[in-house]
Amino acid sequence: MAPAATVERDLRLDLFRGIALWLIFLDHIPSNIVSWITIRNYGFSDATEIFVFISGYTAAFVYGRAMTERGFVVAGARVLKRAWQVYVAHIFLFVIYMAEIAYVAASFENPLYHEEMGIFDFLKQPDVTLVQALLLKFKPANMDILPLYIVLLAAMPPILWLLLRQATVALAASALLYALTWHFGWNFPAYPSGEWVFNPFAWQLLFVFGGWCALGGAERLAPFSRSPITMAIAIAYLVFAFLICMTWYVPRYAHFVPKFLSEWMYPIDKTNLDVLRFAHFLALAAITVRYVPRDWLWLKSPLLYPAILCGQHSLEIFCLGVFLSFAGHFVMIEVSSGVAMQIALSTAGIIIMIAAAGLISWYKGVEGRHPGPPSRPPGATLAGGEAA
Amino acid sequence: MRWLVPALVGMIAYATCAFGADDNVCLTAASLVHADFPLQHVAAAIRNKNLVIAVVGSTSSMLPGPGGTTKSAYPSKLEAALTSRLKGITVKVTSFAKPRLTAAEMEKDFGQILIDAKPALVIWQTGTVEAIRGTDIDEFRSTLDEGVETLHTGHADVVLMNMQYSPRTETMIAAAGYADAMRFVGLQREVPLFDRLAIMRQWYELGTFDLYAATKNTDMAERVHGCLGQLLADLVIDSAKLAEVGLSESKDIR
Repeated sequence: MAPAATVERDLRLDLFRGIALWLIFLDHIPSNIVSWITIRNYGFSDATEIFVFISGYTAAFVYGRAMTERGFVVAGARVLKRAWQVYVAHIFLFVIYMAEIAYVAASFENPLYHEEMGIFDFLKQPDVTLVQALLLKFKPANMDILPLYIVLLAAMPPILWLLLRQATVALAASALLYALTWHFGWNFPAYPSGEWVFNPFAWQLLFVFGGWCALGGAERLAPFSRSPITMAIAIAYLVFAFLICMTWYVPRYAHFVPKFLSEWMYPIDKTNLDVLRFAHFLALAAITVRYVPRDWLWLKSPLLYPAILCGQHSLEIFCLGVFLSFAGHFVMIEVSSGVAMQIALSTAGIIIMIAAAGLISWYKGVEGRHPGPPSRPPGATLAGGEAA
Repeated sequence: MRWLVPALVGMIAYATCAFGADDNVCLTAASLVHADFPLQHVAAAIRNKNLVIAVVGSTSSMLPGPGGTTKSAYPSKLEAALTSRLKGITVKVTSFAKPRLTAAEMEKDFGQILIDAKPALVIWQTGTVEAIRGTDIDEFRSTLDEGVETLHTGHADVVLMNMQYSPRTETMIAAAGYADAMRFVGLQREVPLFDRLAIMRQWYELGTFDLYAATKNTDMAERVHGCLGQLLADLVIDSAKLAEVGLSESKDIR
């Protein structure tokens, strides 16, 4: 069902996913001055929205084609294999997290932080902790995107099936689930208490919307999203969000926000993908699509190539980014946490991410040259393994 | 080598000033303390020359010093700061802080605290235990909301205090959502928020306190609590003044 125009991979997806991966990395290094450049400081939505939307888009694009060509079972099996890979990656990250936390627990003491030491309590009962982690119920800080992604992928085969037949019905069903989730407060349970940080019942809306756009929705939306009225609304909304954000950093400006507005607006719920966040992402996307066309010259420029490269291997680079943010925090604890160090670590981390993406590309190229069954249809080589 | 002597003298002089003028050190974060909402009951208590404050909180409102003393924790420092600034007024700060208390557990005790202590102000420090346990943020928010309502009904003002800034455990404790919830309830209920998280982050970033340091010594912890007590006193006094201004304005209108 994918229209002929979308046969060639849209490099914009890789570009923005690569940038999102960098932003997630920068945001995950605590007290990092460089993270002031990331979009979460200037509006409601952040890199998570970009990542989830593009993941939905590429997954639908790649597996949607597999489903039309080879059927539900084969495509479904490939999606589930991908979900399994993401699960393994998540457990790998969890082990690194445990190593870091165990190290800090053993090396850190300060009477001021007696209370914060409570975070190490779960090390006392590794049996429970490990089982809960395997069940995806234990939720270490900053490691919430992959569990969401695993669930979204695992649920994807039937969604994709419907998207290919009745795209609008699928999108409507997704929106209905989102609305019901807000109404009834559905979410996945977590351990030791609470619920998932990124509620899959809510975030699926962005993922399915991404898939809907990939399978022809973007073309259907184009006349609407390119109209001057939409542009004006999008720009006005981004400015509004920016001004509201400023009141968070300068509390004395908070008085300028009318009470009725703040009562209606707050809290802006990230767990359940607040409508304000979703709208903010839509506004950003509309403006991006307007000013960055598919055949944008810069997409071929060597300047943007590193970001595109990272975006093409997103699962690996995401995991590497989480690891690097742990490592960066570790260096800050052990060596120095000054501004120069923060900038150095941020830069080094992004360079390592680019180098790793280059290495992965090289590996895939080498493997591709070996005589073997051409398991991927032409065109999918760009996307087949990297639909994360 | 000639530059060395003046440099050393300068450093010693600076160090002496820094230690001698310990109070001023706290002020590096003073801009983050801002009286947003009036504290009516505190203003009335000051007029009546008798101010009673209750601190409800968890471990970070205590300082397990040598011999388990609590004199060096911020509630005592707050009492000292208020006593010296509010001349002729009896100030009493009682701490009800207990280790590992959740906001919900604290809220259950509010009725009794209102009866026993009859405070004009309750300083409600919370959030860390929830962030560590990953409590549902919606639940936390509604607990805060109910708690503030209980205290207001019991004729007590409220100041909310969020978590400490802890650079070592920052990647491990996801505090931001809980801090947002506290800010939100504060705005909604018109309750001042003592943003301990931002204040301590500021001290850390400016190098006022080395919060990364690993030590068994309580010196720095005591100085941090001293500063917290002072800034808290600023917030209480400024917010009470705000109530007085409001009162005189409404009188003028009449």
